[in-house]
Amino acid sequence: MSALLSLISLISTTSFWVATLRIATPLLFGTLGEVLCERAGVLNLGIEGIMTLGAMTGWLVVYQGSGLWWGVAFAATLGAGVGLIHSLLTVRLGVSQHVTGIGITLLTINAAYFVYRMVLPQVTSPPKIVPFSPWPIPGLSSLPFLGETLFTQPPLTYLSLLLVPLMAYILYRTPLGLAVRMVGENPQAAASQGIPVYAVRTGAVMVGSALMAVAGAFLTLSAFDAFFFNIVNGRGWICIALVVFAAWDPWRALGGALLFAGFDALQLRLQQLWGSRIPYQFFLMLPYLLSIVALILVSRRAKAPRALLIPFRPEERI
Amino acid sequence: MRVEPRSTVPLWLILSAPMAAIVLAFLSCSLLILWTGSPVLAAYGALLRGAVGSPFALSETLTRAIPLILTGLAVAVCFRAKLWNIGAEGQFYGGALVASLLGTAGLSLPRPWLVLVLLLAGWIAGGLLLWIPAWLKTQFQVDEVVTTLLLNFVILLGISYLLEGPLKDPLALGWPQGRALAESALLPRLIPRSRLHAGLIIALLAALGVWGLEQFTVWGLEMRAVGANPEAARFLGIPVQGVILYTSLLGGGLAGLAGACELLGLKGYLTLDLSPGFGYTGIVVALLAQLHPLGVVGAAVFIAGVYVGADTMGRSLGVPTYLADVIVAAALLWMLVCMGLARYRLRWD
Repeated sequence: MSALLSLISLISTTSFWVATLRIATPLLFGTLGEVLCERAGVLNLGIEGIMTLGAMTGWLVVYQGSGLWWGVAFAATLGAGVGLIHSLLTVRLGVSQHVTGIGITLLTINAAYFVYRMVLPQVTSPPKIVPFSPWPIPGLSSLPFLGETLFTQPPLTYLSLLLVPLMAYILYRTPLGLAVRMVGENPQAAASQGIPVYAVRTGAVMVGSALMAVAGAFLTLSAFDAFFFNIVNGRGWICIALVVFAAWDPWRALGGALLFAGFDALQLRLQQLWGSRIPYQFFLMLPYLLSIVALILVSRRAKAPRALLIPFRPEERI
Repeated sequence: MRVEPRSTVPLWLILSAPMAAIVLAFLSCSLLILWTGSPVLAAYGALLRGAVGSPFALSETLTRAIPLILTGLAVAVCFRAKLWNIGAEGQFYGGALVASLLGTAGLSLPRPWLVLVLLLAGWIAGGLLLWIPAWLKTQFQVDEVVTTLLLNFVILLGISYLLEGPLKDPLALGWPQGRALAESALLPRLIPRSRLHAGLIIALLAALGVWGLEQFTVWGLEMRAVGANPEAARFLGIPVQGVILYTSLLGGGLAGLAGACELLGLKGYLTLDLSPGFGYTGIVVALLAQLHPLGVVGAAVFIAGVYVGADTMGRSLGVPTYLADVIVAAALLWMLVCMGLARYRLRWD
């Protein structure tokens, strides 16, 4: 009973919700990026690597003396470039999307580590930058409770939240979104309507990969103030689970990311509370186990885009 | 630009694709070496010397190839049946953990039998660890890419707990490592004064065994049929779900065997750095080999050479050793390009 009470008092603190939004931000960017790729019919398993590369690039640009937004912009551009490589292989050449994505992850993670080691050959503690500070929204930030949790956040968190209605609007209400969904469901039909299937898929993968890189940049430029090895730590793979959990929908992606981040924030607090009784490794396992459980719960009724994983070849009609 | 399938793919094209991929990987990574300020030829020369330049270098390369052959096979048999096993790393540690538990339990068995029991235990542990995601895939259509990968994190954290808690060796001066295995549980050295151990023979036998299984048994045929087209396989009366589950026991088992072999052959006690990512590198090994079990041996020796050689290059020229990982990943992507171009023809219009 006292455990339950302490749990409730934990969840009702503003710091818990602030932490939840902070943890949710990179998951939201990554999940929305992956939703965009998969809606166009391309699985992007490179996400873990693209996030690592985005984290390193964003940090490096700021460390070299440029502004924080330049870091975000560079990370996004580089992410789009990696997306271009992924789509050249999978969309143009029709190579296995699973395998290409794994290759992209290995390449980008190790390239990021290599570049980091080149810039800092002998360093024991990672050098720090000045990260984004919260932008309180005038007026709204003075509201009780909500003001501190929702309206006193760093800019990238606002951006990730704004991205949800934006992407839902584009996907469901614009011709562009219709084209993206069509090439993911039935590329033959899309092509017969005059939609350039290759171009739409390539564009979706590039924009989606750019969002993944911004997810990584958030980690170094907003959540932490340094780059270190393993900084992404499986968040990319959790995003892939969240896409299935969200049934490829931006609004549900928001719900999934918040739910998941809430459990993660709770786990961190329980670790402080019960850490002496339960070894810390069990708390750290929770996010991964939770993703697996979420996948089991929704997988059977999850409806993936029908042309996901299937390369489009106009000359091969079945 | 259009992509057209070739009506026939000549054998020389299939065989030259990996060679071309490797050359392209080295060429593209020479840009990174230029950035470090080292002369490219000298750097690759140092890499080659470090990999195969002396009997000692060669023995080190072969030692490093042992776990890579086994994890490469583990990935190859699964990918062949389109079971996307990204969890060989966790299965590797699962196998090592169970072998370590039994090996320190004080079993009184004569040497060859004890080794055999531990290797088999490693196999079963790895197999069961992949069986769970495979079962979830067949029962609930849960995507195995994510589950196998997430299980890696869970397993490593579990071992971290065990090595800091119940399994911690009190004689290890505070380091999180397991107790040392009995002397009679260790694999013998093949060459005195080198680290090359009998695991090499086990790995080669495993490659031969998997090749024979895929070539000459009904089960091997079924595995390939399921991988090529599950709907057609089901139509032909092949028990698709059963084949996937058996494949998981074989594939995960090979990764578990890799962990047990590495434990019994090199360290003799369990630590969290038993594998520097052998499970992930196994994916590249399998794909460079185009999932062919005998090709896995060649690909594993090549990649082991790159890693061992890169250590030498790093020491003599100061090139960060992460370059080895970049070369290996680049080889994988170039391999995909080359294989794509071998099967399909580009037409410009």
